[in-house]
Amino acid sequence: MKSKTLPTFLITIFIIIFYIFYKGLQNPNIYTPDVNIKKDIPNFKTKVFDTNNIINSNEIFKENKFYLVNIWASWCAPCRDEHIFLMKLYKQKNLEIIGINYKDKNDNAKSFLNELSNPYKLILSDQDGTIAIEWGAYGVPETFLVYERKIIKKIIGPINNNSLLEIQKLIK
Amino acid sequence: MKLFKYLLAIFFVLNLNSLNAQEDSLQSKITKNLRCLICQGQSVYDSDSEFADSIKILVKKKISEGESEKQIYGYLKDKYGEWILYEPQFGKKTYFLWLLPILMFVLGGAIILKIFYLKKN
Repeated sequence: MKSKTLPTFLITIFIIIFYIFYKGLQNPNIYTPDVNIKKDIPNFKTKVFDTNNIINSNEIFKENKFYLVNIWASWCAPCRDEHIFLMKLYKQKNLEIIGINYKDKNDNAKSFLNELSNPYKLILSDQDGTIAIEWGAYGVPETFLVYERKIIKKIIGPINNNSLLEIQKLIK
Repeated sequence: MKLFKYLLAIFFVLNLNSLNAQEDSLQSKITKNLRCLICQGQSVYDSDSEFADSIKILVKKKISEGESEKQIYGYLKDKYGEWILYEPQFGKKTYFLWLLPILMFVLGGAIILKIFYLKKN
């Protein structure tokens, strides 16, 4: 009886460890960022696009208003695809669209907006990409819906018809 | 006096260089422990992607502002979650990961001792 204790104990431990690793194997190993987290918006200072004025984020976002922060660049092809949806959202009365121009040349960004028209109430310049990091962004395009100084929705990649409907539903 | 001034200038320049080297090595150490979230199996240090470049600039800025390694990890963890760190910190989700090797070591030792003791008797 005594000699059976050790093997039983070892087998039990082995089964527990096997079960944990087997369960772990079933977890997806592709990183999926959380897009529905309520996080405070970051505090930052940056240049206003095409000017030398420095603006603090506290001056931009007011309470009780929806803001759509869109990170874009003229060199980014998906930004071109989502522009039509931004123009649709531009018509929404209770929403202000703030652009963050990411690692771009001013002239190229200006011709991009001249060609496709400008949906942004204010454009901030992010020459080194650190403002995008402050927002927890991965690249361009990326969009954040902000309400009461909190990020209520994050869209990674270009805005499409589904995300447009989702935004419209959220700001109703 | 002139010689003293020259020596002081040389000392100052060398000191500045060593300070820069220290900052650079800390930046490398931190960026080596950060996962490039948009790359396949690369650290921020190894990657040249736009994302990694921005993180490198940010880490450099934070070091020059006097932030510690722990503060920088904490900041990035808050923005991107635990996944950005190659070395996960001890917490609710990771306690098993950290404690399992110790547990295995203790159990293994106990088993070896027990077998040794049984054989002796």
